[in-house]
Amino acid sequence: MSLVHLTINGENKSVEVPPMKRLLDVLREDLHLTGTKEGCGEGECGACAVLLNGELVNSCLIPALQANGTSLCTIEGVSTEGHLHPIQQCFLEKGGAQCGICTPGMILATQHLLNKYPNPTMEQIQEGLAGNLCRCTGYMRIFESVQEAAKLQNAGAGA
Amino acid sequence: MPQRNAILGASPIRKEGRAKVLGAAQYTDDLALPDMWHGATVRSTVARGYIRNITFAHEVNWDEFCIVRASDIPGKNVIVHLMQDHPCLANGYVNHPDEPILLIAHPEKAALLRALKNIHIDYDELPGVFTIEESEAAVKALVEKNDDSRIIWPTPKADYEGGPNCFKTYEMYSGDAEKTETGLEAAFETADFIVEGEYATGAQEQLYIENNGVIAECFYTQQGEVESVCVRGSMQCPFYLVHALTLVFGLPDDKCRVIQVETGGAFGGKEDFPSVIGSHAALLAMKSKHPVKIIYDRAEDMAGTTKRHPSRTRHRTAVRKDGTLLGGTIEVTLDGGAYATLSSTVLSRATIHASGPYKWPHLRVRSKAMATNLPPHGAFRGFGAPQSLFGVERHMDRIAHTLGLTPEEVRRKNFLGTGDTTATGQPLVDKVDMQHMLTRALNEAGYHEKVARFAEENKHSLIKRGVGFAAFMHGTGFTGSGERRLNSLVYLDVLEDGLPQILVSSTEFGQGTNTILSQVAAQTLNLPYEDIRLAQPDTSVVPNSGPTVASRTAMIVGKLVERASLQMLETLRLQVHLPADHTREEFIAAAKAYRAQYGTLRASARYEPPAPIFWDDEKYRGDAYPGYAWAVYVAEVAVDMRTYMATCTRFDALQEVGKVMHPVLAKGQVEGGVAQGIGYALYEKCVWKDGHLANNQMTNYIMPTSADLPPIHVHFEEVPSIHGPMGAKGIGELPMDGPAPAIMNAIENATGISFCTIPLLPEDIFERVQSLGHPHGGTEDLDPSVDRDTRVEEVSA
Repeated sequence: MSLVHLTINGENKSVEVPPMKRLLDVLREDLHLTGTKEGCGEGECGACAVLLNGELVNSCLIPALQANGTSLCTIEGVSTEGHLHPIQQCFLEKGGAQCGICTPGMILATQHLLNKYPNPTMEQIQEGLAGNLCRCTGYMRIFESVQEAAKLQNAGAGA
Repeated sequence: MPQRNAILGASPIRKEGRAKVLGAAQYTDDLALPDMWHGATVRSTVARGYIRNITFAHEVNWDEFCIVRASDIPGKNVIVHLMQDHPCLANGYVNHPDEPILLIAHPEKAALLRALKNIHIDYDELPGVFTIEESEAAVKALVEKNDDSRIIWPTPKADYEGGPNCFKTYEMYSGDAEKTETGLEAAFETADFIVEGEYATGAQEQLYIENNGVIAECFYTQQGEVESVCVRGSMQCPFYLVHALTLVFGLPDDKCRVIQVETGGAFGGKEDFPSVIGSHAALLAMKSKHPVKIIYDRAEDMAGTTKRHPSRTRHRTAVRKDGTLLGGTIEVTLDGGAYATLSSTVLSRATIHASGPYKWPHLRVRSKAMATNLPPHGAFRGFGAPQSLFGVERHMDRIAHTLGLTPEEVRRKNFLGTGDTTATGQPLVDKVDMQHMLTRALNEAGYHEKVARFAEENKHSLIKRGVGFAAFMHGTGFTGSGERRLNSLVYLDVLEDGLPQILVSSTEFGQGTNTILSQVAAQTLNLPYEDIRLAQPDTSVVPNSGPTVASRTAMIVGKLVERASLQMLETLRLQVHLPADHTREEFIAAAKAYRAQYGTLRASARYEPPAPIFWDDEKYRGDAYPGYAWAVYVAEVAVDMRTYMATCTRFDALQEVGKVMHPVLAKGQVEGGVAQGIGYALYEKCVWKDGHLANNQMTNYIMPTSADLPPIHVHFEEVPSIHGPMGAKGIGELPMDGPAPAIMNAIENATGISFCTIPLLPEDIFERVQSLGHPHGGTEDLDPSVDRDTRVEEVSA
């Protein structure tokens, strides 16, 4: 067993887990943060995506020990006190979420994308979300959600 | 007061959407019950054979585990679908790879993997059949050589309908059988051309992102006997699982409780399959005396659960040189896999949709579902229609090329219209205008301009571009007398706060059930959308409003919600004087007054077949569906003759859906279906190795990513239907039907090569081009005007 220190959504946590336990399972089982989903367990679908030190990673591919000392953002850390983040609001209004199972990962991928490109082109959106599979939407409503979120964030930043 | 007509047709936010974007929605794997164990399935490693021996290795302390065998099943060892041929657990004999043999459970999930590796099963293997052709060859061997070694579906059998290795057959005539045969004979004699074609489609994985999963509990009497079971999980049809559990446990309906929890995609893949995993978990709960959770991982889900039926469709068509269809025969064959499951109803829909949206003076459709030693194929969005529509829509282009007409001309000659009768003899009473639909779709897509421009540009480019389209329809609801048999029931309650709650077994799995049913109730009751709630689909609480399948929820269940809402208003107006044109406050006051006086307030509505609807199950004639949605889809493609990669570069989807209830959700449904259709055509290949899915991973079963899809433009037409709420018809499956034929037609337009088998991957294009003797795919050799593989008989007049 290893003692792993994590900063999760701004809070410091320590867990004692097997060193090779998947970060995904640490989040879901040890920290009860079930918003992070498992879709494939092999880093293809992005349902388990979280931000690790600001980088988008698939938590099913990260051993717990590798995450020691890092700062993580999961879907539970995107909203503030029940207030939806603009990205969440746009996914809600524009139909970016259907069955919802890819949505947490998709929203974190969007956050990562918009941090990198505040005004993303369609190619940048398509490329930036290509690691997150959605079987319901055909992605069109998701693209619209991302574009709208970029608009909202930029308007907010300019104000 | 909300304005009338403001809610239906608007796009209020998805009912459960907030929980989903917050990551707070609770799916099966997010739930845990006290003292819960985890279950796993021991599966066969061979396709067919007798189980000789099962060994539990000494490395594992098996006392810690609960182990369930077929002999532990208290009721029947069967998963009931339409027949009872499908064992819950293999008992001495396996019929496909990955067939469940044993179940194990343990308090620690991590212990299961090691345990699975320490159970060894020996088999006496038997030869298997893995394709439609091999299954047919096995029948031939039986008939000609009395060799039954590859007959995997035995005969005779009481509830069996096809023949050896055949689950089901249909024969459908466009009129009286004898007269049609005579008519066909004459048509083939007098035709200017007879055009034949064979079209094949592969298996397709539903690939919902949330794998199958359930949690089961078992309750005992004081005497220690099983009193009841309860299963909650990811599913489309809670009452299907109730039915399955009643047989496995020998319990009455009301002792088998099923609760649907948030479901992360389904697409048909959670229609029949939850009966399997749900029964398994319940058996483990029974024996372990603990709640048991089974969650498949992706590899197990892909290898062990149902897929879309592979198909082969053969057309032989008599046509006049102006393109008029004189008569035709169609043979549709599905690969049903190892057990009958839903194959007979999938085949039924394939049979009825095989004729496309066309007038056939004389038509005979023969269809059959063959048994193979693949895991059973099951429901997947479209349910047989995508297979047979692929055939007819590729064939229409083939006829056009043979006759020297355009694909547009041939279709315009033969489209069904208002007042015509379909191939089953159903008169089209509601307005149908496929001529206009085609005109509009081609205009939206810029089709004519592109046909001309691409033909010119392709001469000088190794990127061949093309456009193609498909015209089609999809019947809403269960086929024929199915809705009558379902006899669906809906409740509408008013709760303590004076506001309504809808009670249905119709489930939400992303497509928008919660939202559209709430819209219907809000609109009808003249209340704000936010005031409408839905009870969780729990079979101990909600009535059976039927399964959530067959594009039936909006039209059929929506109509029942509308009727229940009207009934509730009438009750309130009569009993407690709710004024006409009431406000929200007046409604609440009246509802509370009613409750104070009478206790509870519940309105209900049961399905009533529309009076003129008639269906003959024997002759397969009559009104196949209460309504059809109609569509024309246009695909634009680019085929790179250096890499042999075909890409869809733009997609236009025009459909007539009655009434668009929620524009954002409706667009999302169509776009999602088109994306699955593009995957079906160009990406998603099931690679079978002796019946086992060899590419049972997302790494090598490729579904489209955000970077693979073209812009999808969605266009609607509205012709309200009397059978749906405010005129709505079903759209859930429709968008799955059109993309594959439209894309293959576009690829033929681009390359001049007629591809008739999907999925079409670069290696398939490469091999075909090689076989045509054009190693470099040179421009001159790929003249689009040359059709190299149409088999044509010219009939001398």
